[in-house]
Amino acid sequence: MGATVLDLARFQFAMTTVFHFFFVPFSIGMALVTAIMETMFVRTKKPLYKQMTLFWGKIFLLSFAVGVVTGIIQEFQFGMNWSNYSRFMGDIFGAPLAIEALLAFFMESTFIGLWMFTWDRFKPSLHAAMIWLVWLGTTLSAIWILSANAFMQHPTGFAINQATGRVKLVDFGAVIANPQLWVEFPHVIFGAFTTAGFAVAGMAAWRLLKHDHEDFYLHSLRIGLTVGLIAVVGAIGVGDLQTQFIIKDQPMKFAATEGIYKNTKDPAAWTVVELIDSKNHKVSNAVDVPVLLSLLAYHKTSGAVMGMDQANAELQAKYGKDKNYYVPAKTLFWSFRVMAGGGVVLALIAILGLWFSRAKKNTLMHKRWLLWLLGLALWVPFMLNAAG
Amino acid sequence: MSPLQLLWFLLLAVLFIGFFVLEGFDFGVGMATRLLAKNEGERKQLVATIGPHWDGNEVWLITAGGAMFASYPLWYASLFSGFYILFFLVLVGLILRGVSFEFAAHAQSQRGRDIWRWALFVGSVIPPFLLGMIFTAIIQPLTIDGKMDIYASLGEQVNLLTIVGGVAVTLMCFMHGLNFIRLKTTGALRLRAWAYNRILIWVLYAGAVVFALLVYVSTDFFVKRPLSSGIIIGLIVLAIVCEHFAILKDREGLSLITSGSALALVVILIFNGLFPRVLIAKEAVNSLLITQASASNLTLTIMTGVTVVLLPIALAYFIWAYVVFHKRVPELS
Repeated sequence: MGATVLDLARFQFAMTTVFHFFFVPFSIGMALVTAIMETMFVRTKKPLYKQMTLFWGKIFLLSFAVGVVTGIIQEFQFGMNWSNYSRFMGDIFGAPLAIEALLAFFMESTFIGLWMFTWDRFKPSLHAAMIWLVWLGTTLSAIWILSANAFMQHPTGFAINQATGRVKLVDFGAVIANPQLWVEFPHVIFGAFTTAGFAVAGMAAWRLLKHDHEDFYLHSLRIGLTVGLIAVVGAIGVGDLQTQFIIKDQPMKFAATEGIYKNTKDPAAWTVVELIDSKNHKVSNAVDVPVLLSLLAYHKTSGAVMGMDQANAELQAKYGKDKNYYVPAKTLFWSFRVMAGGGVVLALIAILGLWFSRAKKNTLMHKRWLLWLLGLALWVPFMLNAAG
Repeated sequence: MSPLQLLWFLLLAVLFIGFFVLEGFDFGVGMATRLLAKNEGERKQLVATIGPHWDGNEVWLITAGGAMFASYPLWYASLFSGFYILFFLVLVGLILRGVSFEFAAHAQSQRGRDIWRWALFVGSVIPPFLLGMIFTAIIQPLTIDGKMDIYASLGEQVNLLTIVGGVAVTLMCFMHGLNFIRLKTTGALRLRAWAYNRILIWVLYAGAVVFALLVYVSTDFFVKRPLSSGIIIGLIVLAIVCEHFAILKDREGLSLITSGSALALVVILIFNGLFPRVLIAKEAVNSLLITQASASNLTLTIMTGVTVVLLPIALAYFIWAYVVFHKRVPELS
């Protein structure tokens, strides 16, 4: 079968979304790292921290520029590629985007301009306030765009207008209070901080391997790792909350993520890896850890998990038998494993890095393997974001 | 038509006016980096005049797009999908422009910097030209089917009026940018901008006359609302005459206000002529009306509340940023 226009439009949207999601979390996190560095400069008055702010701030600005332009593409594409969707959903979907622009985009773009050009004009604390406002803008923007995304995952506060066949807003409070949003947003935002933290640490590690400005990059590395560690632990924590929510809300998605077709036994085993035959709805060569899935899913040692076959049957009962509701299990299964496994690995690397670079006994420079590891870890969060 | 629908129709006009007036001089300054500046030093001086502001100015377009999506989703969907290629190219221009500032500043080589400076120029010409085309295409009858989908032929997108519209908006942005440069710079660049101003004002007169004639011929503006359309076109001419006066007297502030007013009036002309439609179909029954295209009353109410709270705050710090950077950018040695 050849590619249709629809396939092309989907491919284009997927590419720009992944590209957008490559840069934007990075720039949100870099705003935070830059703001932390400048605050340390304001507090300690050490020139080293100002150098750090300027240097990492440049990287932030570059990523911000790319993130912004990919954002404009995203907005326009809703009208350009998905006009019927925009018509159908417009009553609800447009408002978060407009509010995002009014509340967040004006804030970040104005204060980033002020921050860039007022180093010698504002006193340090006021200048640092500018970058915090930029960071606040980027974070607020994430809330609003995710509220639109959360609506797609878990619609709330709407009705279908029978006359026009379109979605109609009924309760805006419910759209904002969408439980999906409030488990999704912290996860994404922690993911953003993780990305930037490990990016800074990784880039610093590469320079340290070459013994370049050791003092500068060592301090940068420690700030990066501290941010990265806190964030990745946070991401794992709220990821767990998100899981609890998805099991109830989207059992099909959860079952697919775990590669389960038939309902599991009670207690359920967690599958580390397996081969999925999504055509015949069969799995083979599974490597299982007993009871772990019940623990992950319900935080107790018992409880079965619904498989995709039953989830599909339930969806058919609800929405009609003429369709199947299976989702791409292979993609979900593997991308989830990449994401969750990568998160744990990152946390371990961060702990090692911080431990060996501690002020009392800093032996990091003699542990070239760890610097290599940190340097490579730079790319991990980007993959995790894309996989997530 | 409910009052909220009318309010949001007007608010969209205001947002697009904000975009063309503010980003207009940004585009003009971007054009001037090739047409006016003679060396990298002058280019830097030009870029410095808009450095802190261009990003915020561009947000007006994003806000206008988002607000259109929220308040008139059906208009947004039909417009953006109907002019797919043109919007796609606008995006290309905005992307080139958006990354060019940072990429040129951090370029490792002269060659690399030149490439990104050219990207700024190209990205400053394409969007105003194509947006001018889109806005003059939608005031002419379009092929729209019963499902509100636009099937605009090449001739509906590229015709005499849209080309003149594109050129006119580009030229107005360039004049607007030159006025801004006179207000924000000192030295040789400023004098050269002034010389350009005095020549181009005559082209602007000619352009206004051709544009007015084409609007008369190709649109139903003078059939549906002859009085208001006539008044607005008269005001456009008046704005250009005042601009001419301000340029001759070298009053930069007044020049900038008048060139901005001319741009604003073009947007007003378009919205006034469209009303109460948002898209004009060849077969009148398929025209998209304000009453059909808008979001629900609840959404409009919420958006109004949000705007009433947020817009003044945003405007306050937006204006403050201009106050902070009110000084002229001197010649760089």
